[in-house]
Amino acid sequence: MSEKTLNLTLKIWRQKNKETRGSFETYPISGISTDMSFLEMVDVLNEKLITDGKEPVAFDHDCREGICGMCSMYINGRPHGPKHGVTTCQLHMRSFKEGETIVIEPWRASAFPVLKDLVVDRSSFDRIMAAGGFISVNTGNAQDANSLPIGKDDADESFSSAACIGCGACVAACKNASAMLFVAAKVSQYALLPQGQPERSTRVLKMVAQMEQEGFGSCTNTGACEAECPKGISLSNIARLNREYISASASSK
Amino acid sequence: MSQVLDSKIPEGALAEKWTKYKSSVALVNPANKRNLEIIVVGSGLAGSSAASTLAEMGYKVKVFCFQDSARRAHSIAAQGGINAAKNYQNDGDSVYRLFYDTIKGGDYRAREANVHRLAEVSGNIIDQSVASGVPFAREYGGLLSNRSFGGTQVQRTFYAAGQTGQQLLLGAYSSLQRQVGMGTVKMYARHEMLDIVNIDGKCRGIIARDLVTGKLERHFGHAVLLCTGGYGNVFYLSTNAMGSNVTAAWKAHKKGAFFGNPCFTQIHPTCIPVSGDHQSKLTLMSESLRNDGRIWTPKAKDDKRKGNEIPEEERDYYLERRYPAFGNLVPRDVASRAAKERCDAGYGVGTSKMAVYLDFSTNIKRYGTVEATKNNLTNADEATIIKLGKEVVKEKYGNLFDMYKQITDENPYEVPMRIYPAVHYTMGGLWVDYNLMTTVPGLYALGEANFSDHGANRLGASALMQGLADGYFVIPYTIGAYLSKEISVKAISTEHEAFVEAEQKAAEVLNTLMNIKGTKSVDHFHKRLGKIMWEQCGMARNAIGLKEAIAEIRALRAEFWKDVKIPGTLNEMNLELEKAGRVADFIELGELMCIDALNRNESCGGHFREEYQTEEGEANRDDVNYAYVAAWEHKGGDNTFELHKENLVYENIKIAARSYK
Amino acid sequence: MSQHGILKNVVGKKLIMGLTGIFLVSFLVVHLGINLCALVPDNGETFNSAAEFMADNFFIRTAEWGLFLGFILHIVDAAVLTLGNRKSRPIAYAKVDGAANSSWYSRSMGILGTLLLIFLILHLGHFWVKSRFTGIENPFTQKDDLYFYMMYTFQDLWVVIIYILAQISLGYHLLHGFKSAFRTLGLNHPKYNPLISIIGIVYSILVPTLFAIIPVVLHLRYNHYITF
Repeated sequence: MSEKTLNLTLKIWRQKNKETRGSFETYPISGISTDMSFLEMVDVLNEKLITDGKEPVAFDHDCREGICGMCSMYINGRPHGPKHGVTTCQLHMRSFKEGETIVIEPWRASAFPVLKDLVVDRSSFDRIMAAGGFISVNTGNAQDANSLPIGKDDADESFSSAACIGCGACVAACKNASAMLFVAAKVSQYALLPQGQPERSTRVLKMVAQMEQEGFGSCTNTGACEAECPKGISLSNIARLNREYISASASSK
Repeated sequence: MSQVLDSKIPEGALAEKWTKYKSSVALVNPANKRNLEIIVVGSGLAGSSAASTLAEMGYKVKVFCFQDSARRAHSIAAQGGINAAKNYQNDGDSVYRLFYDTIKGGDYRAREANVHRLAEVSGNIIDQSVASGVPFAREYGGLLSNRSFGGTQVQRTFYAAGQTGQQLLLGAYSSLQRQVGMGTVKMYARHEMLDIVNIDGKCRGIIARDLVTGKLERHFGHAVLLCTGGYGNVFYLSTNAMGSNVTAAWKAHKKGAFFGNPCFTQIHPTCIPVSGDHQSKLTLMSESLRNDGRIWTPKAKDDKRKGNEIPEEERDYYLERRYPAFGNLVPRDVASRAAKERCDAGYGVGTSKMAVYLDFSTNIKRYGTVEATKNNLTNADEATIIKLGKEVVKEKYGNLFDMYKQITDENPYEVPMRIYPAVHYTMGGLWVDYNLMTTVPGLYALGEANFSDHGANRLGASALMQGLADGYFVIPYTIGAYLSKEISVKAISTEHEAFVEAEQKAAEVLNTLMNIKGTKSVDHFHKRLGKIMWEQCGMARNAIGLKEAIAEIRALRAEFWKDVKIPGTLNEMNLELEKAGRVADFIELGELMCIDALNRNESCGGHFREEYQTEEGEANRDDVNYAYVAAWEHKGGDNTFELHKENLVYENIKIAARSYK
Repeated sequence: MSQHGILKNVVGKKLIMGLTGIFLVSFLVVHLGINLCALVPDNGETFNSAAEFMADNFFIRTAEWGLFLGFILHIVDAAVLTLGNRKSRPIAYAKVDGAANSSWYSRSMGILGTLLLIFLILHLGHFWVKSRFTGIENPFTQKDDLYFYMMYTFQDLWVVIIYILAQISLGYHLLHGFKSAFRTLGLNHPKYNPLISIIGIVYSILVPTLFAIIPVVLHLRYNHYITF
């Protein structure tokens, strides 16, 4: 709890809309408390821009407690910035040095087109989910929850995969803009649970097909996704996805 | 003319009402369902579960959310758990006990029939969620694990680490995406509802703004479901997401939907304290932490030592002292007020002195000892025990501890957490009858957006329960009662004059906002509103303060409409314009909240009027005069309201002073 | 099936990369085995007989086509994937801090692979083309003598240096490729991951090092041979 203030230079990507081309703008900013979150720092900048009669920087954010997955800034060459295991909203200014220049870019991927400034369209993730990221059970059909015991280890592992917040940092971090970690996490969550078995094969085939259609790149196992994932989703999920895919392809009709 | 509201509670014994209702409610046959369109606004637990279930049944559904994806809705941030009367722990739980705890926890201001129905379907929610792949915490034997929450003496809370809301929402979201993939649900993300459209006295659609292009759109529906959450952001600082807003509910309110108990706000006792003026939101530390954390302040005023350096005998575990039966697990309103009382009396800790300690050291030692025994470590030294204990605590609450450290730069495994109450949930909301229908026919409100189940105080882990109960198990039945009479109504063209007029009005408001071209940002006004609300209509309220607040809010409203500054243009993504619309509605709502708080001359649950307290400082309820739901009608003009009442009748519970001692 | 034919998406294409990669890894062992014979100080007798066996054996000659196919698939697939990946991010970041989240060689498989491709062409030119088509006759003995021919090739120091550099590239390519292939093939288990990882590291260091020793030794031997 040693609050200090910082003077910084921000280099931020500005882009009017999907159709126009963007460019970087540079903004000096001073008196930033080290206790502020990164987004609160951008709030301060925006307040200043509004006062000066300029357009504030558009960026996605909502819960500001690291769980909704909406915030998405590529800060100094890394998704969600320099700190390991946090989203941008949980990144605090104490992670930066006095006088630093901070480069802020939107997620870059053809499947995540920029809508404005730092706001990108991640509906490709929703479409992958719609293709197969579910268990087909209509409301009202469920049996008693405890009639289906699930070993703690499997349940815990499934939960670790399910912890994905769908922020897209994995895609942003990957040099190939691959969405494998996102897809793998969902495939793993269900592959590890007995409820997920009936659709195990079709799910992985459909989700991978949709991932392909959205134009995400391939996985070269660099591990950048795992390292940058704010929720620590493991790369072993990708290996499981590959395994699931191979066996599903081999047995599909 | 003030009217007494009819809540349409079915006849019969409490425990049989819902069963009888379900088997006698009118149905819509599958062929007709295909021709009936339903609009769902909001994609949280209530919205997603309702939309997917209704689509599964065959209705044509459209879902709107302002976020970039349905999965972002703020239900996702719920941490601790979801209640259900499963009695898996064999500790005496039952539907009746959950019902009773909820009514009592709500300080006898909730509707019996709704709460009983909620308790009845609570078990189904767990079954449904597990079936759809929600990875709840489990025991080694493979069965579901439970923990305790405030205001109860049984373990009925199901959880997934500190991310229960996330897992439940993703479960409902995946069901929703399944329907999207099947084409039965059409999803409109990055869309904000700006008005409802009423035709011949029935709600028939909405006006929505595409937040990417800025264009206004008209959408028809035979019925409209508002699942738009609560309005805690009226206080500016709250645990709500930045985008959480009252706009949809407020616009509906201005078009005829009564607003129930707007002043009932839940201030959550365990949040990370405010650290400075820059703060944009407050972060909750789950109530589940009170299972293992003990709350205290130093016995001496202005104790400068660090929390972990203050010896045991100099600590005042004030909740355990004041409420020996429930201890640290008293309901939220009680815990929050007790914290405020300690801080106001000068015992607060931290630089701001507006915080108390939440301390895990006792239970770290207890768990460590248990682990040492389990691992056959006889004569384990203290350091080993503490290390083992920390591992247990880490498994239970690791993500919360990490979050705390990230925000405060303090390690909660070593020093006690500093916490202070913060606005968290709003029990008030659109008034609905037993069918969840508002006073506008065809317009429904589900989840936190309605007022119905939590009375004056919500128990922990009950919000998730209510959202999913409403969406999965209530609305699919109750909507039939209305839609079965609508089967002959063909889809109404959005060229209908009511749509045209509603769109024009919405466009006018946006135009007016853009053309003010004042000098102050939207946030400036929002912060000022928040300050008024927190000081005068927060944890403690009094008549003088509330009257002042009403005057101040009125002045603020006038100033807002003269001096707000919104850069950019109309037909593009314009986040300031979005915020401006929401803040404009918050300002109007804030006034109503103060009016409601002023009207209610009693203390109950989260509503604490300083004039009405017992000698020990507990809430002094007035059941003779205030055992009613205050449902406010918007009378137009300069934000004027008329009070209507729904009398609360307790036939099954003996209404009594709430005691947790 | 057509919608998710195994080769129609990046997962399937990566599968080909992994399979051909593992195949080429196993080929390297055979290749290295033969090459190491050249270190036997018997004036190439062991080596030449091994080489002759390889050249005359029907199965080996058939397998050679398989090897070519493996190389071509590995290379073409890599090119296709790389082009696809470029399309996945049409606008590059202005600032990338790759070192923060991954190793440089895992991000440089394409460059390392390209270097190896150039080396492969050079290497085929040096030995395969000559041994198959243009002849490898020892001018002193007038007999086919691949061993001599190797010494002859490595008499130039720059050739040796290129071979050593190529082996360094190979080492890094393998260091990532080995374990990456296992992941791509879905062969991943917490119990065996450390083992795969250790084998991968040992293999990636040992095999290229042994390969690199041969030109050095032969370079020195040739100088000795002619002065002798």
